[in-house]
Amino acid sequence: MNMIPNVGKAFVPADYKSAVKPVWCPGCGDHSVLISFQRALAELAFPPEQVAIISGIGCSSRIPAYTNCYGFHGVHGRSLALATGLKVARPDLTVLVASGDGDGFSIGGNHFLHACRRNIDLTYVVMDNRIYGMTKGQPSPTTEPDWDTAIAPGGTGLSPFHPLVIALASGANFIARGFAGDIGGCAKLIVDAVRTPGFSFVQILSPCVTFRDDQQKGWKNLVHAAIVPETDDPSRAARRLMTDDGFNTGVLYRGNRKPYQPMPLAHHTPSHLETEFAI
Amino acid sequence: MTNSRQSNEPPRLNSVAEFFAQALAIEVEATERYGLLADQMEVHNNKEIAAIFRKMALIEAEHRNEIARRAGDALVAGRPASFSWTGPDGPEAIDCEGVHYLMTPRRALTLARFNEERAVKYFEAIAAAAIDPQIAAFAADMAADERNHVVWVDQWLEQIAPDEPGWDEDPDPPVHSE
Amino acid sequence: MMKSPSEASLSIVLTGSGGAGVMTAGQILLDAATNCGLYGFMTRSTGPQIRGGEAAAMIRLSSKPVQSPGDRFDILLALDFENLQRFADELPLDSASLIIADPAAGEMPGFLSNTGAAIGLVPMSKLAKGVKGGRIAMVALGILARLICLPEAAIIAAVAASIGRKKPEALAASEAAVLLGASAAPDVAVPKLPLPGAPEQGRWSITGNEATGFGALKGGVKFVAGYPITPATEILEWMAHALPKCGGVLVQAEDELASINMIMGASYGGAPSLTATAGPGLSLMIESLGLAVASEIPVLVVDVMRSGPSTGIATKSEQSDLNIAVYGLHGDAPHVVTAPLSVGDCLLTAQWSVHLAETLQTPVIMLSDQSLGQARVVIDRPEDVAFPTKRLAPEAPGAGNERYAATESGISPMAIPGFPGGQYTADGLTHNTRGTPSSQAKDHVGQLDKRQRKLDAFDFGAHWAEIDGEGELAVLTWGSTSEPLREAVAAARAGGIKVKLIALRLIAPTQPALLAAALEGVKRVLVIEQNHTGQFWRYLRAHYDLPNEVIPIHCPGPLPIRPGEAFAHIQEGARA
Repeated sequence: MNMIPNVGKAFVPADYKSAVKPVWCPGCGDHSVLISFQRALAELAFPPEQVAIISGIGCSSRIPAYTNCYGFHGVHGRSLALATGLKVARPDLTVLVASGDGDGFSIGGNHFLHACRRNIDLTYVVMDNRIYGMTKGQPSPTTEPDWDTAIAPGGTGLSPFHPLVIALASGANFIARGFAGDIGGCAKLIVDAVRTPGFSFVQILSPCVTFRDDQQKGWKNLVHAAIVPETDDPSRAARRLMTDDGFNTGVLYRGNRKPYQPMPLAHHTPSHLETEFAI
Repeated sequence: MTNSRQSNEPPRLNSVAEFFAQALAIEVEATERYGLLADQMEVHNNKEIAAIFRKMALIEAEHRNEIARRAGDALVAGRPASFSWTGPDGPEAIDCEGVHYLMTPRRALTLARFNEERAVKYFEAIAAAAIDPQIAAFAADMAADERNHVVWVDQWLEQIAPDEPGWDEDPDPPVHSE
Repeated sequence: MMKSPSEASLSIVLTGSGGAGVMTAGQILLDAATNCGLYGFMTRSTGPQIRGGEAAAMIRLSSKPVQSPGDRFDILLALDFENLQRFADELPLDSASLIIADPAAGEMPGFLSNTGAAIGLVPMSKLAKGVKGGRIAMVALGILARLICLPEAAIIAAVAASIGRKKPEALAASEAAVLLGASAAPDVAVPKLPLPGAPEQGRWSITGNEATGFGALKGGVKFVAGYPITPATEILEWMAHALPKCGGVLVQAEDELASINMIMGASYGGAPSLTATAGPGLSLMIESLGLAVASEIPVLVVDVMRSGPSTGIATKSEQSDLNIAVYGLHGDAPHVVTAPLSVGDCLLTAQWSVHLAETLQTPVIMLSDQSLGQARVVIDRPEDVAFPTKRLAPEAPGAGNERYAATESGISPMAIPGFPGGQYTADGLTHNTRGTPSSQAKDHVGQLDKRQRKLDAFDFGAHWAEIDGEGELAVLTWGSTSEPLREAVAAARAGGIKVKLIALRLIAPTQPALLAAALEGVKRVLVIEQNHTGQFWRYLRAHYDLPNEVIPIHCPGPLPIRPGEAFAHIQEGARA
C-alpha cells in the first residue's frame, strides 16, 4: 500500500457504495471493477451527488445501481449518447460511462466512434469479457474467431474488434487498459482518466467466471505492464496498438486535444428573438 | 503498474501514526472485502459460506476496532489517515476470483487462511525492516494477531470433511435475466 | 365554386427550373405583398434534384390571415416548361385562370392548355437578356406586380432586402428587369386585392418549423440534439443559432438513436430538451421513447410528418404517423401526443408540449407535418402565452426521497444530479418506488398504475382542442387539416349550413368527457384526415363514443387538402 500521508481526504470508498447487493456471479471481474470505481472516486474526493454513472444493458451495465452516485441504466448500446447529453447540459458534473464489450462495441459501436471524435469530457470504462454474458454466452466483437458457441458453431471466423485502435483512429484523447484483478491499478487508471480532460477510454479486461472461466482464469498471468512509456504521438501509439498482444496494461496513449463542450453564447429571454419574424 | 495483484513488499513507514494508519486500513479493507463476499454468497443462496464470510468479517472488524484503540491519539478521527486509494490491495484482500457460487466451506476457509498467512508475512517483514523500535514492536504484535487467526482457521478446517468430487456441478444451465 | 365569406384571396404560382431562382422570387413576391399590408401563405414544390431542378412557388395573398392553400390558382407564371408535368396535380387551374408563359419555352404541355385558362405570352427570357445581368425571374416579378397591382417599388425594395447586401451591382440589373417586366405585362383582367397599406405593428412572417423552434424556446428548452431529416431539419438549424443566445446548446448527433438518448441524458440532468425528426427517425427512436416513459424523463420529440411508409416522399405531407406515435411503444407505455393546428399554432403547441413534458415527466410526441413545417405564413403577432411550468423537485435534501413514489397525482419528485441525498438510478427495468429493479407484481402494477394515473388525473385545460360553432353536423379533425377545414366550415356557414368544427390538439391521452361534451347535440360527424387507412377515425372508434352517423373521409398525401374538397364533403354531409 502506498503510504503517502495526505490528510484531509473527505471520502472513503464505502461512501460510494449503495445498499444494493450485486447479482454478478461470485468470481466475476466486475466485482473488482466496482471496488476500483469506489476507490477511484474516493481518491478524487467528489461528493457522490456530483457524480453520474451512465450505463447500457449487460452485466457490466448494472453497476450504477450498486453505487451511491446518480445513475442512469439506459437501453442497450446508447450509454455514450445519454452521457453526452448529460455532460453537455451539465458540465459541472463528473460523468462516468460503464459498458461491456457487446453493449459498447456491437450495438454501441457507432456511438463509440462519434464519442471519440467529439472528445467530450467523459470517462468511458468498458468491462471486456469477450462474451455476451447476460444472454448466456454469444460471441461479442472482441471474442476470438475460433471460439465455439451455439449461435456460431466453430467460431465466428471474424476478426476481433480492436477497441483501442478504433479509439485512437477516432480521436480519443486518453486510451488505457487495465485488468480487473489489479484493483488498485484500475483505480489509478480511472483517476487518471477522469482527471484528463476530454474523452478518456479505459478497457478493463474483466474475466467471466461463468462462460469463459477456462480461457480467462489465466488472464492474471498474461497481463503485464506495458514495457514502453506512454506516448502522446498518435502514429507511435498506432504502431504499438496494431501489434499489441491484448494484455498490455497502463496508459497507452495520452493526447492533448481540447475537450468539446459547447457553451451558450448569451442568456437572453426568447422574446429577444422576435425581431427575426417581425415585419 | 505491478503484475496484477498485490505487492508483497512492505511499505516504508516513517512514523507510528503511519504504521497504525496502514494497519487500520488493512483491517478495514479486509472487513469490507469479507462483507462483500458474504453478500455475494447470500445473493446466490449459499448460506453456509455466507455465514463463514460474515464470521470472518466480524473477526476482522474486531481486529480493526482493537487497532483503533491501540492507536489512540496517534490517529486522527479513527479513520485511516489518507493515503492513495489507488495503491495495490492490502495483504488480506481476497481476490474476487477464486470464489465460486457453489464453493464449499473448505474452499472458503482455505482462501481465508491464505490471506491470513499473507498478512502474517507482511507484518513480519515490516517488523524485520523497521528502524523505529516502536514500529517493530507494533508490527510484531500485528503479526502475532494474524498468526492467531491462522491457527483459528486451521482449527475450523480440521472439523470439516474433505470436498467431494463434483462439488461445482449444477444440473441447471445458466439463465439470463435481461 | 366555393366563395370564402372572408375577403377574396389571390393564388399565384411561379414555376421554373435550372437555377432560374423561382424560390427566391416567390419569397420576394410574398415579402413585397406583405409590406403592402397583405397577409400571405406560401408553399413550395421541387423535383428531386439538389440543384437546377424544377420548382414551383405557390403564394396565396389576402387582406385577412390565411394559413391554408386555396382551391385553385388565379395566375400561373411559367418561366419554362421543363419537367413541369411533375407538378400537374398540384396546379389546379380553370377557365378563370391566367397562364403567363414565354414563347421561347416551346409548346405548352397539354395539362396546362387543356385547363381552358387564358394565356398571355411574354418573351421573358429575351427581355431578361436585354438587361445586362438581368434575370428572368426578375422580369417575371415585374409582370406579376403589374397584374395584381402591387407597386413595382415594393418589389424592388423586397429584391434589395433579399440580395442587395450581397451583390449591390445585381440590384441595379434586377431593378431594370422588374420594370421591364412590368411594362410588358399583358393587359388581362385579374382579380384585384385592395392593398391595405403598410401593416400596423405586430405581424410576423414565419414558417411552421421556425414557429416550432421558437415555441419550444419559449417553453424553456435548453438542450437540443438532432439528426438531419427532411422536412424537420430547419427546426434543428433554427435552434442551432437561436438556442445558444438563450442559454442553451445544440449538438448534431450521429443518428436518431443518439439524438433521443442525448436529450434524455440532458433532461435527466435537469435541462428541458427537444429533438426534431420525421417518420423514419421516429421509428428509430421508439425503443428509447419507451425508456423515457419507464424512467419518467421529460422530453419533446417533434415529428414533422411526411408521406410514408418507409422512405416515402420526403417533401410531401401526410398525417400517417398517428398510429406509431400513439401505439408504437412496446409494452403498456402511455405518453402524450399533440398536434399543431396551423402554421402559426406550431408555436403555441410546441410551447405547451414542453410544459406538458416537464410537468408530467414523460415524453411528448408533437405531430407536426411538412405542410405546416415548410409553409410560410404572414400572420398577426400571436398573443404571448405563459405556462406555469415546473418540474416537481424533492422538497428537502435527502428527505427519504423516493423517486417513483406512488403519489396521488402520479407525479413524483425528480431529483437532479447535484442535489444532495437525492441519488437514484433511472432505469428502464421495471422498478419499485425507489427505482430499484424489481420483478414483483405489486411493483410492476403499482408503477403502471402510477404512470397511467399521472396522465388520467391531469387537467389538460382548454388547449386540448379548438371547438367552434354549433350544429347537428360536426367536422372532427386533428393537426394540419384543421386550417383548410376552418375555411370550408366558414364557407358552409356562409351558405346557410350549421356545422360545428372540432379540431384536436391533444391526441393522447384521450379526453372522453371533453369530447362527449363537445359532441353534445351532434347527430352526424365527418372525420377528415390525410392518410390512407383512416388512422384517426379508427383511433376515435377505439377510444371514444361517437354519434350514430360517422362519415370517415381519409385521403393520403401527396396532394394538399384544399378547402373546396372539404366544403363538398360538408355539403354532402348536410344533406339529411
